[in-house]
Amino acid sequence: MSLAITLRNSQPRAWRWPRLSRARWLSPAALLLLWEAGSRAGLIPAQVLAAPSAVAETFWTLIASGELPANLAVSLGRAGAGLGLALVVAVTLGLVSGLSRWGETLVDPLMQIKRTLPVVALTPLFIVWFGIGEVPKVALIATAAVFPLYLNLFAGIRGVDVRLVEAARSFGLSGRDLIANVILPGALPSFFVGLRYALSISVIMLVIAEQINAQAGLGHLINNARDFMRTDIIVVCLLVYALLGLAADALVRTLERKALAWRPNLVEQ
Amino acid sequence: MAQPRIRPPVTDAREIPTVRLKGFTRRFGDNVVIDGLDLTIAPGEFVALLGASGSGKTTLLRTLAGLDSAGGQDVTTPDARAVVFQDARLLPWRRVWRNVALGLKSPSQKKGDVRTRAEAALKEVGLGHRLDAWPATLSGGEAQRTALARALVREPALLLLDEPFAALDALTRLKMHDLVLSLWREHKPAVLLVTHDVDEAIALADRVLVLDKGKIAVEERIALERPRQPDARFHAIRRRLLARLGVDAPAPQPAPTPAPNAALVAFPTGEVVL
Repeated sequence: MSLAITLRNSQPRAWRWPRLSRARWLSPAALLLLWEAGSRAGLIPAQVLAAPSAVAETFWTLIASGELPANLAVSLGRAGAGLGLALVVAVTLGLVSGLSRWGETLVDPLMQIKRTLPVVALTPLFIVWFGIGEVPKVALIATAAVFPLYLNLFAGIRGVDVRLVEAARSFGLSGRDLIANVILPGALPSFFVGLRYALSISVIMLVIAEQINAQAGLGHLINNARDFMRTDIIVVCLLVYALLGLAADALVRTLERKALAWRPNLVEQ
Repeated sequence: MAQPRIRPPVTDAREIPTVRLKGFTRRFGDNVVIDGLDLTIAPGEFVALLGASGSGKTTLLRTLAGLDSAGGQDVTTPDARAVVFQDARLLPWRRVWRNVALGLKSPSQKKGDVRTRAEAALKEVGLGHRLDAWPATLSGGEAQRTALARALVREPALLLLDEPFAALDALTRLKMHDLVLSLWREHKPAVLLVTHDVDEAIALADRVLVLDKGKIAVEERIALERPRQPDARFHAIRRRLLARLGVDAPAPQPAPTPAPNAALVAFPTGEVVL
């Protein structure tokens, strides 16, 4: 367990360029500066794209007025509800399909058919079925997030080391004990991969779903801003979507660190 | 330390054999893996099973372990049995003591009881300091000792060892031999050790069986006192067994001068690779 890579800091520090050559923030910062300069010089009209400073100001104003937090909460609620629904459905189906041959025969073909349908293309049907309220939005997110969760749980269960199952059986474990002690913990790493996919997909689907007549939420904010050509608000909302994606990833990482503490780390400090 | 009797009298009512197979046959398709095998293991007896790959050793062990069904044949095994596999097969997501305690039922319903038993077993194999370690942080020898503790904590009447030392380095293997012998003397289970290693079999067992084409081809009682030195009698048995395994017996070696630190030279590798 001592594969620690310690060479990184072993060089003398006198020379500054090598450090700057690793500065990955350099090009984004330069782009931001160019953008700001272009806006101030009048090369980029505010109707096309607001200046970064204007975006930052709007960001602050929207937070201070409570408009952004309120709409963000609505959006988070949708994504959370969709993801929660997807989790319930996917875990149920994944367990049924993963733990029994019959379950696989019955459930898996349906899931594979569902996979071939682009979920976005279901939008018109969902509108016909569920109207233009909250239900089609949550349903879209849930429908899209189900598959990665299901597939990775199923693969995780089937990928559990049979030798471990056999050993546990030889020590008298069966049924519920076997599932709880061996099969589910063994499937967990794979399940987390699915969860990560599902989280990013639910953010993407949130964006799409909120184009359907949203009365509140980030999508509502964006649509209003479009009508008034407020590119600063649009950019703020884009930033928030990006931050949502990052936060979702950080959440799974934290969960993984807690739940998979037993996994050996290749690089351990 | 009371040694188990080498040939228990069959008439003794208390000495009902721990394992008894009569005419046991097992086939996969047309392939007869075990062919009318008779085997008896007395309580507390240490039996080593040698054989080339494909000779049916593993199939036999799996049947005795209850991992494969005996298919209604005349097979008697105790309920209390435990296996140590070649790969330790610890659950990586359970800490060491939880692996040992896996599936243990605490009769008194006290939560601490199972942990106490696991702790005692781990102390016995010299791992009292690794109770809360993750299995991934154990060395190969430590993992196998954990597997031994996991088997012994169940107080098995039959301990099945499936090449448990094959993946260990020579020095660790010798330490494990000593550990297994002392645990065996302490707990007195019947032991069936499946191995490729002729020297290991002679060093440990009361009786060595050679399995060939699904039948017991050779049965050799090892009447040497323990701890066993690689002396002339040891080598004579070794030559006989190797010959039966189809390996030309090595030229008779002069008995090695007993080195004061004999641990390493005690069992020169006699691995049979077929």
